[in-house]
Amino acid sequence: MKEKDERWIPERDPSMGEHTQAGCENRRLEKICSKFLEGTGPEADVVISSRVRLARNIRDHLFPPLASNLQRKNILQLCREILQEEEERFSRFQFLELDSISGVFKQVLVEKHLISPLMARENVCSALCLREDETLGIMINEEDHIHIQCMLPGLQLEQAWQEASLLDDCLENQASYAFHEELGYLTACPTTVGTGLRASVMLHLPALVITRQINRILFALNKVGLVLQGIYGESTDFTGNLFQVSNQITLGQSEDEIWQNLYGVTRQLINQEKKAREHLLNEGRERLDDRSGRALGVMRYARVLGVQEVMQLISDVRLGLDLGLVRDISAGTLNKLLALTQPGCLQYLKGRELSAYEQDLERAAQVQKFLDC
Amino acid sequence: MICEKCDKKNATVHFTKIIHGKKTEWHLCESCAREKGELERPFGGGFPLHQFFSEMMGFMPGGSSDKLLPQAQTGVQCSCCGLTYAQFGQIGRFGCENCYEAFAKCLPALFRKLHGSQKHRGKIPLRTDKGVKLRKDIALLREELQRKIAEEAFEEAAALRDRIKKLEKEREAGGAAGEGKG
Repeated sequence: MKEKDERWIPERDPSMGEHTQAGCENRRLEKICSKFLEGTGPEADVVISSRVRLARNIRDHLFPPLASNLQRKNILQLCREILQEEEERFSRFQFLELDSISGVFKQVLVEKHLISPLMARENVCSALCLREDETLGIMINEEDHIHIQCMLPGLQLEQAWQEASLLDDCLENQASYAFHEELGYLTACPTTVGTGLRASVMLHLPALVITRQINRILFALNKVGLVLQGIYGESTDFTGNLFQVSNQITLGQSEDEIWQNLYGVTRQLINQEKKAREHLLNEGRERLDDRSGRALGVMRYARVLGVQEVMQLISDVRLGLDLGLVRDISAGTLNKLLALTQPGCLQYLKGRELSAYEQDLERAAQVQKFLDC
Repeated sequence: MICEKCDKKNATVHFTKIIHGKKTEWHLCESCAREKGELERPFGGGFPLHQFFSEMMGFMPGGSSDKLLPQAQTGVQCSCCGLTYAQFGQIGRFGCENCYEAFAKCLPALFRKLHGSQKHRGKIPLRTDKGVKLRKDIALLREELQRKIAEEAFEEAAALRDRIKKLEKEREAGGAAGEGKG
């Protein structure tokens, strides 16, 4: 496990002073646009990513919401020791204490879904232990002592569950979990008790939005124990036609039942979205072609771009790309643009706080730069 | 947008207040909003989601209007972390694993509402006592057996019955060995 990898040292890195501004920006850009974003998994034209999170607590220690700073510090130390015991397994992981990084960099981690918004706000003695490829991580002292997270591109729920579960077994070699024979894994929040498993998929559903079928579908999801959120947590902000569907029930179903249920529903959503796309193509191919062409045009030539606007534009171009109407751009580029144009990433890239207007200017400049490459 | 109070930082907290029918809009940075008391969090400042959670579960702070939080139970306190059931209702979080025992009487209704169940059917930690694992496996197989019988899939039911018998023997043997050691 690496303590201080340069890749993770944010803007305070003194070595950066010796480089040119452009050099620093390039290095920061590399951190934002990690390899994960290039990945294209199964069903990548609708499913952006699959994620599995396991909540665990260590026996005989207060849960983080009620623990004092000292108790949280003890948990952090305990987790550190556990990870050190399994050194070989964690050799490709980096350990990042959240107290020691800037607010902007925390925002970058939230925008990349590597930590939760809660953890960015409440992070006394919290840490993130993240594998180099950024697909597997452990959040320490979030709402529970340990949150194991595996996030993979495309529809890969089974793989994500297996990988998270393997890491869980590995931690359990060293730690005794708070577990109840009847209730399962005991968690701080009653909504996660039992398996402690939250599985989710991030979906791009533009055709269901355009054909106004989405509300009917959202209503149906609730009936099968699934919940729909915006991509940044508990909000219902569906900007960019991006949706996150996850399981609500964690007690009374096995882990396999939980991910399989979500998988089945995701398959149905994919089919519905594809049917809607076909319908739109039959109704007027030129109209769709125009939509993605215009979006690409605005992205290339706009000078001021808001975050919501750019997310909608990216969605329009992505739809064109998936339908073969746009060719000179890749899905990976769009994924990277989606990450790069978020407020935290933009400010991190420039190495300073930007006003809302400055962000809009910078966003437009970065989009152009990216598309010109 | 710049914070209306300090005129320096970005305004990230936006809210509208309507007092006696008069509407005022505020755009503040996080530190000014906190100073103004608009970001105050109850109970030590650690639970930004408490309100969302409390409302979702039908808990209301204070507990007076809630069916899930009977007055008689609000004073129950966890002997380990000191959290009372009323506080649990407000923050929607347990303080420690012992809370599950301390509030045991009130929890089945809550779990039924949240999950439609109150019995774990998933993974069991490898370190758990082998007897616990066997008991859980047997219980799951029995449920499966009932389903197969209802479906009139008798061959599969017979195979399940044999597996259950085998596991029960194993459990008895394990228990006897355990007693012998004790």
